[in-house]
This record gives sequence, C-alpha cells and structure tokens, in this order.
Amino acid sequence: MTRFNAWNVFKNGFTGQKNWDRQWRDPEPKKEYDIIIIGGGLHGLATAYYLAKNHNKKNIAVLEKGWIGGGNAGRNTTIVRSNYMLPGNHEFYEHSLKLWENLSHDLNYNVMFSQRAHVSLYHSPGAKDGAARRYNIMRLHGTDAELWDLDTLKKNIPHLNYNDARFPIMGAAVQRRAGNARHDSTVWGYARAADSLGVDILQNCEVTGVKRSQNNIESLETSRGNIKAKKVGFAVAGHTSVLWQMAGLGNLPIESHKLQAFVTEAVKPLLDHVVVYGVGGAHFYISQSDKGSMVFGGDLDWYKSYAQRGNLPMVQDTAEAAMAIMPCLGRIRLLRHWAGVMDMSMDGSFFICKTPLSNLYLNAGWNYGGFKASPASGWYFADLIANEQPHKHVQNHNLERFEKGINIDERGAGPDPKLHG
Amino acid sequence: MNGVLVPIQNCTVDMIRIKCPYCGERDHSEFTYGGDASIKYPALDASESEWTKAIFFRENIRGMQKETWHHTNGCRLWLEVERSTITHEIKSVKACHPQIEKITKNKS
Repeated sequence: MTRFNAWNVFKNGFTGQKNWDRQWRDPEPKKEYDIIIIGGGLHGLATAYYLAKNHNKKNIAVLEKGWIGGGNAGRNTTIVRSNYMLPGNHEFYEHSLKLWENLSHDLNYNVMFSQRAHVSLYHSPGAKDGAARRYNIMRLHGTDAELWDLDTLKKNIPHLNYNDARFPIMGAAVQRRAGNARHDSTVWGYARAADSLGVDILQNCEVTGVKRSQNNIESLETSRGNIKAKKVGFAVAGHTSVLWQMAGLGNLPIESHKLQAFVTEAVKPLLDHVVVYGVGGAHFYISQSDKGSMVFGGDLDWYKSYAQRGNLPMVQDTAEAAMAIMPCLGRIRLLRHWAGVMDMSMDGSFFICKTPLSNLYLNAGWNYGGFKASPASGWYFADLIANEQPHKHVQNHNLERFEKGINIDERGAGPDPKLHG
Repeated sequence: MNGVLVPIQNCTVDMIRIKCPYCGERDHSEFTYGGDASIKYPALDASESEWTKAIFFRENIRGMQKETWHHTNGCRLWLEVERSTITHEIKSVKACHPQIEKITKNKS
C-alpha cells in the first residue's frame, strides 16, 4: 500500500494520479482465522485495526455482508462529542475524542475531523441547570465544557431564531473540542489501515449460520463458505439480535429501531458549528458538511423496525424543529433522506463484553451514538478480545448490569429502548 | 408545506395505517408505540433473574411480531397489533384487554 504523503502525490502526478494501489485487498477467505470480527462497519474495522496494531495479533478477518461503507457507516450524521457524565461513559467517550484528534495521522488517511464545537441550546432555567450539572461533571473529569449566555451565543451564531421561538433560546452548553468528521473517510481509513497490517477484509460475506458446541463457536457458515475461528467478535449493531439468535443465545436487552437523517442541497457557508436543539426543547441536530449541504436529524421513528427507510411524520417533525430554530432554512430543498437501523439498548448504553460462549465477544447497543464512539469502541473491544478481560472503563458495559441494578442510563429514561434517543 | 411534501409521499416513505377496532383505520401518528406484546410478567415473588428477563430482555424479532400500540389521539385503547418489522405490513389488530375486545366486537 502506498502511503499518502506530499512526495507520493507529486510522484503520481507524472502519471495522472492513476497508479495508486488499491486501498485494501480483496482476498479469498482462508479456511481458518485466529480472530473473526463479524461486521465491517466502523466498529468492526476499528477493532481489527487495534487488534493488529495495539496487540500485535495476526490472522484476523473482518466479515462484511455488503460492502465497506454501505451500512450504518454511511447512514449517520457524523457528530463527534464526549459530553457524557456517568462513570465509564465519560472516560470512554473522552478517550474516543482523543483518538479522533489524532486519527488522520494514525490512519494516514484524512478523516476530515473538524473540531467546530458542539452547541446544545437550552430553552428553560431548568434545562440550563441540567446542562450546567452535566458540563460541570465533564470539567471535573478534565473534558472541556462551557456554558454560553445569550449574548455569546448570538455573537457566535447570529441567525438562530432569537425572536419568536416556541421555546425561547436562553443560551447553550458547549463543547469546543467536539465537532464532526467525514464518515466515508473514517470507514475507508480504518479498512485501509487494518488491511495494511494484514487483516483480511471479506466483503459480500454474509454469516448465514453459526456452528457451535456447548460452550463455544466452532465455525461460521457464510455466503463464501465455512470459516473456522478461534475467537469471534460480533460488531453488527442494528442486527445484533439476529446474529445472537443464530448462535442460539436467546434474547438481548436490545430493540432495533430506525433513525432518519437528512441532507439538503449545498449552500454557501451558513453554520460553523454543530447545533443541537435538545435540552428542554425538541430533538434536532444540524451541521453543514464541507460540500455545503445541511446535514440534520431528529428523533427515532418511535416503533421497532428493521426497514432501512423512514416514515413521514418524522420528516415533518424534523422539518418543524429545523424551522423553529433556523427559520432561514425555510426554502432549502431536501436532497436525500434515509434511515439506519440501530440497536437501542434498555438503558441507552452500549455493550463491550464477554458472552455465555467462551470464544465469543459482543460489541453492540450503540443507540444513537455509534459514530463518535467507533475509535474507542474498536480500542476497548480489541483489548477485551486480546486480554480476555474488560478494561476498567467498560467493565460495567456488560449484559449482567441489568440484573445487578447498575444500569448505565445517561438520560434516566428507564427500560424502554425508544426513549433513549 | 404541501408543495414540499408531495414528492416525498410518492417515494418509498410510508405511513403505517392501523385499523383501530373502535375508531376505524387511522394513521399511526395518532398512536403511541408501546412495545413487545408477548412479554408475560412473572409472579411478584419470582426470582430477580426472571424479572430481569421480563423487563430488560427482548426477542427483537426480525419479521412478524406482536406489539402494543396506544391510540393516544383517539379512543385511548391499548391495542395488540401483529406487524412485520421488515415491511411494516399489519396482519391483525385487536384490543389488548379481553373485556374491551367483547365491547368492540359488539360495536362492529
């Protein structure tokens, strides 16, 4: 694989930039691997990359039923932040943000990470108190966080609706180091970097059956033949339950819901930050892509579904929310909208844990927030698979936490997956 | 607003229509989604593990499943709906409570 650097770009200039290598190989599946990660999304590829890089593991395969970047890696709103407050979560997401800050260099691939600040508007004194509490907890743990009063907010983002909003804007909770990244670059970058460390990326390789003994998985039946594995990791958020039942393991504290996202036609620079209308108001988040499109999303569709398409009432709700805080968007045209299927867990937090089977490891339950989590998710999941025990930051992110009564419920919404959006 | 929505309605975006046994067929936006209708709660003095399974663990079916919907902006009945989680096709709708079901049957 040719490294991306100024010299190579210059050199390839003589041949019209046509002689670059493939970004990753397209190998035939081997009969057996030491470690197989099912799911070639951001989390699966990051896991394979860190297994090879941090733990020096060889003979790893990533199985992807479609193509790289065709699943939820291409169905998100690309927001990266670490404004979490519960033990375990804040360390995890802060670690993720730190990995994002150096990810382009680490992967030798420009993931276009842009720390443009994440601005959560608040609309009532109660919401301000809630935001102050959360953001103070973040500061106590060394994460940057600040509250903007109305004047500061107006100076930074002058064109929000400060006049007659149904929920008057009173200020904002801000994380300056947060922002967004380019989703395709990230998944391609991880695939390329993992491949260059010897990981086999097997596309169009759907797992159709799991052959197991009493206590472990022996082999996987796939659309490209049977593959044996010493260790298996599931990283298929959205469809975790399907695979889990294929392995004969029963129920999970997860429901699959769909979340829509929207992209408009490109316009001139309009919004420099990620703006969230979410503390004590509706639920809406918006940013402007580098191409100029407004990228935004709202709530879940509210009913369980595996269909990768959204419903109309949520289109309307999201458009209403957009108009409520940014009336200047009134005449912008929608270019595309889509829905992604996500694992909504019973407490809104993820799973990186061991399972009832000795050689199976679970990475699931990413709810709304899988994109920003992917570097740390890969990091800690690789650590779990390599060292056979969870890192202390993810030690409670397991399936037993519900019975023990130590749910990690950031929002305090209770055991109803659709409420953790 | 209509001008904006018309082209969207013609594509694959769908509104689920639920035949409420009391009110008739309505848009799903009148209803609130409940959850898995196949959950049976154990006895009050059952073990913690049984209660954990009932409250937190779900089959999360990819296909036809029984689920509850509340007709929030209508008659406020809780309904048991059989719906596909892949195509959103609805196979059957009935009132959750058997006594209510008798009343709605008499009505029709």
